[in-house]
Amino acid sequence: MYDVIIIGGGVVGCGIARELMRHKARVLLLEKTNDICNGQSKANTAIIHGGYDAKPGTLKAKFNVLGNALFDSLHEELDVPVQWNTSLVVSFRQEDHCKLEKLLQQGKDNGVRGELRIIDRQELRRREPNIGPEAKEALLVGAGGIVCPYELTIAYAENAATNGAEFIRNAEVSKVSSLPDGRWQVDSSAGTFVARAVVNAAGTYSDVFNNMVSARKVHIRPRRGEYYILDKQYAGAFHAAMFQLPTSMGKGTLIAPTVDGTILVGPTAQDIDDKEDKRTTAQGLATALQQGRLTWPNLPTRGFITTFSGLRATGNTGDFVLGEPEDAPLFFNCCAVESPGLTSAPAIAKWTAEQISMRLELPENPGFNPRRKGIAKFRDMDDSQRAAAITKNGDYGRVVCRCETVTEAEIRESIRRPVGARDVDGVKRRTRAGMGRCQAGFCTPRTVQILAEELGISPLEVTKFGGNSRLLADWLFTEEYHG
Amino acid sequence: MDRVDILIIGGGPAGLAAAIGAYEAGARDILVLDREQELGGILKQCIHNGFGLHTFQEELTGPEYAHRFIKKVRAYGIPCQGETMVLSISPKKVVTCVSHDHGLQHIQAKAVLLCMGCRERPRGSLATPGERCPGVYTAGTAQRFTNLEGLMPGKEVVILGSGDIGLIMARRMTLLGAKVHACVELMPYSSGLKRNIVQCLDDYGIPLLLSHTVVDIQGRDHVTGVTVAKVDTNLQPIPGTEQTFPCDTLLLSVGLIPENELSKMAGVTLYPGTSGALVDETLMTSVPGIFACGNVLHVHDLVDFVSEEAETAGKNAWAYVQGELTQAERIIVETGFGVGALVPQLVSREPLQPVRLMFRPRNVYRNARIIVEAGEQRLYEKKAMILAPGEMVNVVLPVEKLSALKNAESLTVRIEVSQA
Amino acid sequence: MKYELTCINCPMGCRITADYDGKEVTNIEGYTCRRGLLYAQSEITDPTRMLTALMALEGTHVPLPVKTDRPIRKALLPKALEQIKSTRAKRPVRLGAVVIENVCNSGANVIATAERL
Repeated sequence: MYDVIIIGGGVVGCGIARELMRHKARVLLLEKTNDICNGQSKANTAIIHGGYDAKPGTLKAKFNVLGNALFDSLHEELDVPVQWNTSLVVSFRQEDHCKLEKLLQQGKDNGVRGELRIIDRQELRRREPNIGPEAKEALLVGAGGIVCPYELTIAYAENAATNGAEFIRNAEVSKVSSLPDGRWQVDSSAGTFVARAVVNAAGTYSDVFNNMVSARKVHIRPRRGEYYILDKQYAGAFHAAMFQLPTSMGKGTLIAPTVDGTILVGPTAQDIDDKEDKRTTAQGLATALQQGRLTWPNLPTRGFITTFSGLRATGNTGDFVLGEPEDAPLFFNCCAVESPGLTSAPAIAKWTAEQISMRLELPENPGFNPRRKGIAKFRDMDDSQRAAAITKNGDYGRVVCRCETVTEAEIRESIRRPVGARDVDGVKRRTRAGMGRCQAGFCTPRTVQILAEELGISPLEVTKFGGNSRLLADWLFTEEYHG
Repeated sequence: MDRVDILIIGGGPAGLAAAIGAYEAGARDILVLDREQELGGILKQCIHNGFGLHTFQEELTGPEYAHRFIKKVRAYGIPCQGETMVLSISPKKVVTCVSHDHGLQHIQAKAVLLCMGCRERPRGSLATPGERCPGVYTAGTAQRFTNLEGLMPGKEVVILGSGDIGLIMARRMTLLGAKVHACVELMPYSSGLKRNIVQCLDDYGIPLLLSHTVVDIQGRDHVTGVTVAKVDTNLQPIPGTEQTFPCDTLLLSVGLIPENELSKMAGVTLYPGTSGALVDETLMTSVPGIFACGNVLHVHDLVDFVSEEAETAGKNAWAYVQGELTQAERIIVETGFGVGALVPQLVSREPLQPVRLMFRPRNVYRNARIIVEAGEQRLYEKKAMILAPGEMVNVVLPVEKLSALKNAESLTVRIEVSQA
Repeated sequence: MKYELTCINCPMGCRITADYDGKEVTNIEGYTCRRGLLYAQSEITDPTRMLTALMALEGTHVPLPVKTDRPIRKALLPKALEQIKSTRAKRPVRLGAVVIENVCNSGANVIATAERL
C-alpha cells in the first residue's frame, strides 16, 4: 500500500515525487514508457519563461512566476544547468508597439521579477547583432532563462529515488478507480497498486485519467511543435531567447540558445488528434525555417544537426487544471500542463506535494536530503580535474562520444544511477552522448555494447527508447553470445 | 610534458603513410596516436576489394591494404599509442590527449600531422521529415555493425545516396541476406564509381533511382517504410511522384565531412571549398609545423591517393623539423569554371618537388579540357572525355613551369567545355 | 541473345549493346574506346568477380573477413557464398591463410583478409 501513486514520469511527476519525499511517505511513480522524461519534458524549447505571457489571474500566470523563482535553488540543490540569458520579445512592425506595451503591463500585473522594459531598435541591435533588419523593438525580460529540461527531470527523479520514492517504468496505467474505503486502485501493465492518493501527471494523456474519475471533463488535443537544432559552432549567435511578438499571422518561431551551446529554431504549432504522432513534416519544418529567418535572416541551414517535434498537452480550458476535483477526493490533477509548463513545474510540484501532505497529514521527513550531484561531466572539467578523474576511474580516459566528449565512465554511471538509463536515448539524455554533430554515428555501436554489458542483455535487446525500438535485427552468425 | 619530433593524430591510412613518409625521410622520434585499439582506421571495416590498384597493382581489401602499412610501421619500430583520444592541439603544437592507460598527457611536438579523416553526414543535417525511430543509420555505422561486430541492422533496406559507401553497403547487405529495395540519389547522376554501380547494384538487380529523395520515414517504434519522391531541377520533391517502400532500415550515404574540430583549436585556417585546412604544396597548414593529409584535408575517392599525399606530408614534416622547409613566397591557386574542392590552395614560386593539384569537377562535363594558367600563360592543358564530381582530378605541374612564373600573382585551374 | 551493359572503366559509363550466341560476340556498339570493347567482350563471354564476404569464427560473433584469391565466374558467386556461409573458421587465423580450398571448383581459394589471433 502506497501513500501516493504518481502517474507519469515527466518533469511534473518526478518533481512531485521529489517534493513529497520531504515528508514521510511511500511514493510510487508509474511511467508508461521505458524511461522517465520521455514525453513533453524531453521535447520543448527548454526556456525558463519570465511570466509576462499568461493572462493575469490564470494558473499559468501564477505558477509561471512562482516556478521561475525556484530555478536558482534547483540549480544549487540538484546541480541542474540554468542560465539567466534574458528573453527578448521582438516586434517586427512599428504599429505593434502597443502590443509590446500591453505585454509589459501584463508582465507587471503578473509580478514578473527582475528587469522588464521595452528596448529600442538600437539597443536590440547592440545586444543581438544578428537580428534581422525588420526587427523594430523588443520587450526585454530579465527573468528569462534557459534550463536543461532532461537534467531537471532526471535530477528530480534521482533525488526522489535516493530519498526512497519507487519508480516503475514500462508501467502503463489502464484504469484508476476508487475503492469503497476511499483509497484508489491503479491498474497498470506492471501490476495493480493501491494508494491513499493519486497524482495525475500524465501529460498529453492527463485528460484520460481525469475523465476516468471526475465528471468535470477535460479534453486535451496535442499541439505539435517542430524544431531544428543547430550545431554548437553557432553558439553565441544569439544571447537571449528570441521570441517573436505574436501577430495575426501566428505565434511566431523562437531562436533559443540552449545550455549546451546549441540553438533551437522552432516550434511550429499544429493541433493534431493522435497523442503519439511525433513526426516531423516537410511543411512544419519549412514553416519553422521561414519564420525563424525573420529573426535571423542568415540562419545557417548547413548547421542543422537534427530536427524533432514535441507535443504540448493543450487543454480545452486554456489553463492548467490543477488540484483535487470536487468529485474525486485525493485525486490530484496536473492536467493540461502545456507551455509555460516547464517553468511552472517546480512550483506545481511544490504546491501539489503540499496539498497532498496536508490532506494525508504526512509527517515531515527529517532525513530528507535535498541535494543531488549530477554525473561529473568530462567536457566541463579542466585538465587537472580530467587527469584526476582518469586516475580514479580509467573509464574517464575512454571518450565514446567525440562530438560531445562523453566518456565511458559517464555512460556507465548514467546506467547505474538510481532510475538509470535503460536505452540509447536514456543514455543520451543523461550524458549527451550522441547529441552532437554526428548524431550518434560514431558512438552508437559502443553505447549499445555498454548498455548490453551493464544491463546483462544481448546487444539485440538494446533499444533506442524501449518497446520494439530495437536497434539491431540479428547476429550474422548464430553462435551463442560470448560478449 | 612529453616531447616528440613528429606527432601524428590518427592511425588510419593517412596517419600510417605519414609515419612511414617521415621515417623514410630520416625522422626517428615519431608518435602515432589513434582513438581505437587497432590501427587501420576505417579500412578495418572496408572488407570489400578495390584498394591498392594504383599503389600495388593489386586488388586488395581494406584490412589487407592497411596491413601492408601497419607491417612497415611495426618494422620501423614507430611507436603507436592506441585507445587515445586527442582533446586539443594548441597553435604551439602542444597536444592534449587522454587514455585509459596513460591518463591525461600533454605532448609537445615539433611538427604535427593532422590525419583524423572524415565523418558521415547524418540524417539530421538533411532535415528529412518523418518519425525519429531506430532503423536509420549512416552507411558507415551499419558497415561497422556488420563487418566488425557481426550484427545485422535490418533485413529490408533502402539506401539514400549513391556515394561509394552506399553502393558498397547495398552489395554487402544483399550478400548478408538482406533485400535492398532501392538506392535513391538526389542528383541526376551518381557520385559513385561506375564499377560500383555495375558490380554493387546492377549485379544484384538493385534499382538506382536518380533525381529522387526520401520525403518521409514511417514507423513509431522502428522503421516500417520510407517514401521516396522524384525531385525537380531545383532538387525539390515533385508532389504526386511518391512511392513507398516497406522496409526496416534506411541507410544514408549522403556525404562526408572532414573532421576538423582539432584543426580549428590549433588555429588552422580552413578552406570552405574542401572543409579542410588551407595548405600549400608541402601540405603545411596556416600554422607553421602543422600539416594535414588524407580525408581530413579533402575527401578522397581512392585510398591510394590518401597514402601518397600522407607520405609527402610526412616527409615535409621532417623537413620542417630540420629547418629545411623555408617559407618561400607563395602564390594563390584559384578555382575557375567547373573546379571545386581544390588542394593545395597555395603554391610556392620555387617548389622543391613537382606540384600535384587535386580537385573535383563541379558537374558532369563531356569533351572537356583541364587548364591551368597564370594570366595569359598556360602551364597545363589536357583533354578529358568525361569529368564527373565522383572522380577526383590530378594535375602534376613540373617545377620548372612554376619557377618560370616570375611575376604571376595567382594560378587558375579551370575546365573548358568545347561546344560539341 | 542481346546484351546490354555499362562499361566500368571510367565515369563515361558507356552503354554498350552486343549480341552473343554462346560462341561469338557480335554487333558490339556504344563503346568509345578500346578498353570498352575489351570489357564488353570479357563481361559477356566470361564475366568474373572477386568475392569478399564474412565468415563465422568459432567462439565469437566477430566475423572473419575473407575473399577469393582471384576473380571467379560470376555464375559461381551464389554457391561460393553459400559455402563461405556454412564454413566456420578456427582461431588463430593469419592474414592470407586459406580457409576454403578451391571453392566450388572455381580454382580460387578463399583466404582470410584480416588476422584473428
